[in-house]
Amino acid sequence: MLNESILTLITFVPALGAAVVFLLPRRGRVIPAFALLVTLVTFVLSLHLPWHYDYAQRGFQFAVNVPWIAHPAIHYHLGIDGLSLWLVLLTTFLGPIGVLVSWRAIEHRTKEFYSLFLLQQTAMIGVFVALDLFLYYAFWELSLVPMAILIAMFGRRRGPRAALKFFVYTFLPSALLLVAILWLYAQTGTFDFVQLQARLASGGFASGALWWVSLAFLVAFAVKVPVFPLHGWLADVIEEAPTAMAMVVAGKLGLYSLFRFNLGLFPAQARELAPLLVAVGVIGLLYGALVALAQTDVRRVVAYAILSNLSFCTIGIFCFSLSGLNGAVYQTINEGLSGGAILVLIAFLYERYGSFDMTQYGGLASRLPMLCTLWVVTTLALVGLPLMNGFVGEFLVLSGSFPVHPGWIAAATIGVILSAAYMLWMAQRIFYGQQSLLVSERPHLDLGLREHLTLWPMAILMIVMGLASPFWMKAIDPAMSSLANHPAATPLAAPATATSMPEPLPQGGAR
Amino acid sequence: MTDLHLWLIPLVPVAGFLVNGLFGRKFPKALVTTVAIIAAAVPMLQVADIALRFSSLAKPYIESHGTWIAAGALHANFAFQLDQLSMVMLCVVTGVGFLIHVYSIGYMAHEEGYWRFFAYMNLFLFFMLVLVLSANFLLMFVGWEGVGLASYLLIGFYYTRDSAANAGKKAFLYNRVGDVGFLLAMFLLIAHFGTLNFADVFAAIGANPSLHGGILTVIGLLLLLGACGKSAQIPLYVWLPDAMEGPTPVSALIHAATMVTAGVYMIARAHIIYDRSATALLAVAAIGTATAFFAATMGMMQTDIKRVLAYSTVSQLGYMFLGCGVAAYSAGIFHLVTHAFFKALLFLAAGSVIHALGGEQDMRVMGGLRRKIPVTFWTMTAAVFAISGFPPLCGFVSKDEILYQAFVSPTPAGKVLWAIGLFTAGLTSFYMFRLWYMTFFGESRAVAHEEEAAIHARHDTKLAIEAEHTHPVHESPKSMLVPMIILAILCVIAGAMGWPEGLGGNNWISHFLAPAVSGAHLQYEQARVAIATGAVHAAGENQSPAPAKNLEIILAVLSTLVALSGWYVAHLMYYKRRDLPARLTARFRAVYALIFNKYWVDEIYGALVIAPVLFIARWVLAALVDRGVIDGGGLLAGYTAQGFGSLAARIQSGNIRAYAGWLAACAALLLVAVYFGWTTHFGIH
Repeated sequence: MLNESILTLITFVPALGAAVVFLLPRRGRVIPAFALLVTLVTFVLSLHLPWHYDYAQRGFQFAVNVPWIAHPAIHYHLGIDGLSLWLVLLTTFLGPIGVLVSWRAIEHRTKEFYSLFLLQQTAMIGVFVALDLFLYYAFWELSLVPMAILIAMFGRRRGPRAALKFFVYTFLPSALLLVAILWLYAQTGTFDFVQLQARLASGGFASGALWWVSLAFLVAFAVKVPVFPLHGWLADVIEEAPTAMAMVVAGKLGLYSLFRFNLGLFPAQARELAPLLVAVGVIGLLYGALVALAQTDVRRVVAYAILSNLSFCTIGIFCFSLSGLNGAVYQTINEGLSGGAILVLIAFLYERYGSFDMTQYGGLASRLPMLCTLWVVTTLALVGLPLMNGFVGEFLVLSGSFPVHPGWIAAATIGVILSAAYMLWMAQRIFYGQQSLLVSERPHLDLGLREHLTLWPMAILMIVMGLASPFWMKAIDPAMSSLANHPAATPLAAPATATSMPEPLPQGGAR
Repeated sequence: MTDLHLWLIPLVPVAGFLVNGLFGRKFPKALVTTVAIIAAAVPMLQVADIALRFSSLAKPYIESHGTWIAAGALHANFAFQLDQLSMVMLCVVTGVGFLIHVYSIGYMAHEEGYWRFFAYMNLFLFFMLVLVLSANFLLMFVGWEGVGLASYLLIGFYYTRDSAANAGKKAFLYNRVGDVGFLLAMFLLIAHFGTLNFADVFAAIGANPSLHGGILTVIGLLLLLGACGKSAQIPLYVWLPDAMEGPTPVSALIHAATMVTAGVYMIARAHIIYDRSATALLAVAAIGTATAFFAATMGMMQTDIKRVLAYSTVSQLGYMFLGCGVAAYSAGIFHLVTHAFFKALLFLAAGSVIHALGGEQDMRVMGGLRRKIPVTFWTMTAAVFAISGFPPLCGFVSKDEILYQAFVSPTPAGKVLWAIGLFTAGLTSFYMFRLWYMTFFGESRAVAHEEEAAIHARHDTKLAIEAEHTHPVHESPKSMLVPMIILAILCVIAGAMGWPEGLGGNNWISHFLAPAVSGAHLQYEQARVAIATGAVHAAGENQSPAPAKNLEIILAVLSTLVALSGWYVAHLMYYKRRDLPARLTARFRAVYALIFNKYWVDEIYGALVIAPVLFIARWVLAALVDRGVIDGGGLLAGYTAQGFGSLAARIQSGNIRAYAGWLAACAALLLVAVYFGWTTHFGIH
C-alpha cells in the first residue's frame, strides 16, 4: 500500500509544506524551521525507496498509474528505476541542506523564499518520478519558474539580469520541447513514457520528423545541463542566485532527461549525434577548466568547474558504453553533492567576510581550521581523488568511453591536471599564505553547529560514495544496461586471450 | 601461508590518521605521539611477523575484500597481494617509516601543528602501504594519488609561507601530469585485457607469446610517464627540489625513502609489460641515465643542504630507472632499498644539523661542526661514504650491481649507459663530499655570516620560528639520534644482502626477488641471466665463469676509483684550497650559470607551457570566447526577450502573477500553434 503512494507522498509533501508556509507567522525562525521539518520529513520518506527497492528487477517500481484526464489521454503515472531512484534521493538529501544554508542568508521575505523553495523541491522530484510526458513537462516547467523568481528576488545586485538570462535560456528551448511532446502525442495518442518507448522502438515513424523531435528534446536538456556552448546562463546564475538555488540549478534535471528521453525514446537519433556531443563534451570539459583557471570570483570558478565536471556526464552518455553510462549517472550525483558542498562552503565564507573575491582572502587556514578541512575534503572530491566519489564517476566515464573515442578521451584526461590546478589555486588563495587585511580585521568564528550539520553529511557521503560504489551501482547498472551498446559493438574490446592485438591507438582526434 | 590479514597493515595507520586528525587538536602532545607511533609501529611488527614466517612463495598470495568499483567490463576489488617484491617494499616502508616517525618526535617537538604533522604522516603511511600491497592497477592508483595528497599536505605544512604552499601545489600538479599517463595506461589495459588485476593482465600477456611491442610499448611508455611524475624523472622532476619546503622528516620519508620510489616499484611490478617491449625498456633506461647525470650536475652547485640532497635523490632514482631499464629489476629494487637507508639517513642527519643550527640550511654558513655534533657527523659520514660508492657499504653494492648489469646488458646502448652512470658516480661522490666538507670541516662560518643568516631567516624552514631565541650549536635529542644510528648501521651492513657473486657473495636479494621480477620473457634477458649467474650455474654448462667474475671485479675496482677521485676533487676544492671554487666559477662562467640556474628548466616550462595556457585561459577563452561570443549571444537573446514586453522590469518588481500569466500565455499560444499548425505542416493526421 505504501509502495504505491510513496512517490506521491515524496513529491507533494514539499508542495503541501509550501502552502502551509503561507499561513505561518513571520515570527523568528518559524518559517525556516518549518521548511526544515518538511524537507527532513521528505528525506525520511524517500529513504523508503532504496530500502524497499527490488534491485533484481528491471523496469519501473513503486509505480502508480491512474487516468487523470480522459482527453487528451493524460495519466497520473509515477515510477522510478535505478536512475531516478538516486536522483530523487539526492534531491531530498539536498533539501534540508538548502534550508540550513539559507538560514542566515535569507532574512527578509522568508515566506516567499521558503514556499518557492519547497515548490521547487516538488517540481524537481516530480521531474524524476513522472512517467507521463505531459505530467513530466508540467513538473519541468514548474522547476523553472520558482528558480527564476528566486534568483530575481533573492539574488545579489545583478540577480534580475541573471534571472532573465536563465529564463530566456531555459524557457525558450522548453517551448520547443513542448512542441515535440505534443507531436509525439499526435502521432501515438499517448503521453505515457513506457508506451511511447515501445511504440517508437517498433518503428514506423518518419525518420526526418523524429530526428527534429529528438533534437528539440536534446536542445532543451542540453541548455539545462548545461552543455558547452549553451552554458551562457550558468556563471551568472551561480554567481547571483541564492546558494540553495545555485546548488540545484545545473546538472541533474537536464542530465536525467537526456538519459530518460534522448537515450530512452530516441536511441538511434542519439547515436547519430553522438560523435558531435562527445566532441562538445570534451571541449566543454577542457574549456570549463581553463576558464575556471582565469576567474577570481570564487562562485564563477565553481560555475566553470561545474561546467567542466558535467561534461564528463555528456561524454559518458554519448559513448554508450555500459561503464561510461554508469559513470555518467554517478558523476551526476557527484556533481549535485560535491558541487553543492563547495557552494555551501562559499556561502559560509561569504557570511563571515562578505566577499566572493578570492584575491581578498588569504591565510584563513589557521583561523577557520574546520572550514578549511571541509573545503579541502570537498576540493579533493571535485578533483577526483581516489576513494572519493568524484574518482569513481570520472574513471568509469573515461575508461568506459576510451575504446569508443580514444583520441577525444585522451584529451579529456588532461582535464584532471586542470581541475587540480584551479581547485588547489583557489584553496591556496583563500586559506594559505599570510592573512589578508580582510581576514585579519574580522573576528574569526569557525563552523557553528548549524554549519557542521550542513556540511558533515555531505562530506561523509562523498567519502562513502568513493569507498562503496557498488551500493549505488547495483541499482544504476541494470537501468543503464538497456541503454548501452552491446559490448561487442565497442571496437577495441578484445578477449583477454586474444591472439592478435590491434595497432597502437592514434593519440589525437576522434575515430 | 594461511590468512595473513594484509588489510590490517594499511588500516592501522589510517586509524591513527583519523584519531589524530579528528581529535588531535585537543589532545596533549604525548597522546598525539602515542597514537601516531603506535599507528606506525603496529604495521612494522605485523610486517616483521610476516617476514619471519615468509618462506619461498611460488605464487603471489592474494586476499580480496569486496568490490570497490564494478561497472560494465570493469571489476576492481579491494584486493591485496603479497609476493617477494611487495615484501621488500613493505619492510622498507614500515621500517624506515617507523624510524622517521620516532625521529619526528624530537624534530617536530616545538612546532605548531604537531598533531597535524603526525596525522598526515600516518595518512601517508596508509596510502603508501596501499600502493605496495594492491593487487590491481586501480587500487595501486589509490595509493599512487593518495601519497601525492599526503605529500601535498606535508610540503605545504608551513602553509603560511607562500613558497611552501606553492611547492605543495607544484608537486601535486606535476604528479598529476604523470597520473594522466597512468590513467591512460589503465584505460588501454581495460580495453585490451578487460581487467586491471595484476595476476590476470600478466597471465594474459604470458599466455600470448606472440604479443610484443605495439600496444605493450604504448602502455609501457604511459606507465613510464606516471613513474616520471611520481619518481621525479626527466621531464617531470622539477617539483622535487621545491618539495624541500616541507619539514625535514617529510623529505626523508616521502621525498627520499618511499614515495618517490613508487615509480621504480611500479615498473618492477609491471615488468612483464616492459619485458615485451624493448622500446619502452630502453626509454626507462635512457630517462633514468639522463636524469641521474643532469640531477647530479645540478646537485654540485646547490648551497642549501636539503636541495643538494633533493637533486641527489633525483639522481639516485635515475640509477634505479637505469637498473629497471636494463631489465635488472632486482638491482633497481635493491638500490631502492639501500637508497632508502642512506638517503633517509642523509636527510635525518641534515635535519639534525639544521636543528643544531636553529634552522640554518645554507651550507655556506656552516662548517666545523665535526666536533660539536659528533653523532650526527659520524652517522652522516657513513651515509656519505655509502652513497658515494665506497666498498663495502650498501650504496657501493647496489649501485655497482646496476652499473654491472648495464654493462653486460645486450642492449646496444648498454655500454653508453654504463659509462654515463659511472661518470655520474664520480659526480655523486664529489657533491656528497662537498656537502660533507662544507658542513663539518673547516672553520665555523656561522658567526661571520650572521647577517646573511638573518636575511635567510625569513625564508628558511625553521629559522623563522626559532630565530627569536638563538640556540648554541647543540647535538640533537636521543629520539632523533637513535633512528640515525640504526640507519647508519644498516648503511654499513645492508650491502651483504646483495653482495655480488663475482666478488664472493651470494647476491641473496636478487635470488629472493627472482620469482617476482624475472620471467625470462625477453630473449636477451636469458642471455643476461646466463652472464650474471654464470658463476653459479656454470658447473653444469659449457661456460667458463672466469670472464664474468673478472669483469665484475674490474668494474667494481673502476667504480671505486671513480668514487675516490670524486672525493679527491672535493677534498681539493672544499678543504685544501678553498679559493679554487671561486676561481673555477670565474673561469667557466657560462657553464656555471647554466648549471647554477638549473638549466633554466623551470623558466622554460613556465614560458612554453604555463604562460601560454594561462594566456589562452584568460584572454582567449574567458575574455574573448566566453564574455564575447557566448555571453554576447545570451545578451542578444536577452534583448529580444525584453523586446517582447518589458519582462525584465516585471521580474524585477517581483510581480509573480504577471510572470506566471506571461508563462501561461506563451505556453497556450505555443500549444495551439503547434497542435494545429506544426503537426499539419509535417503532414500528420
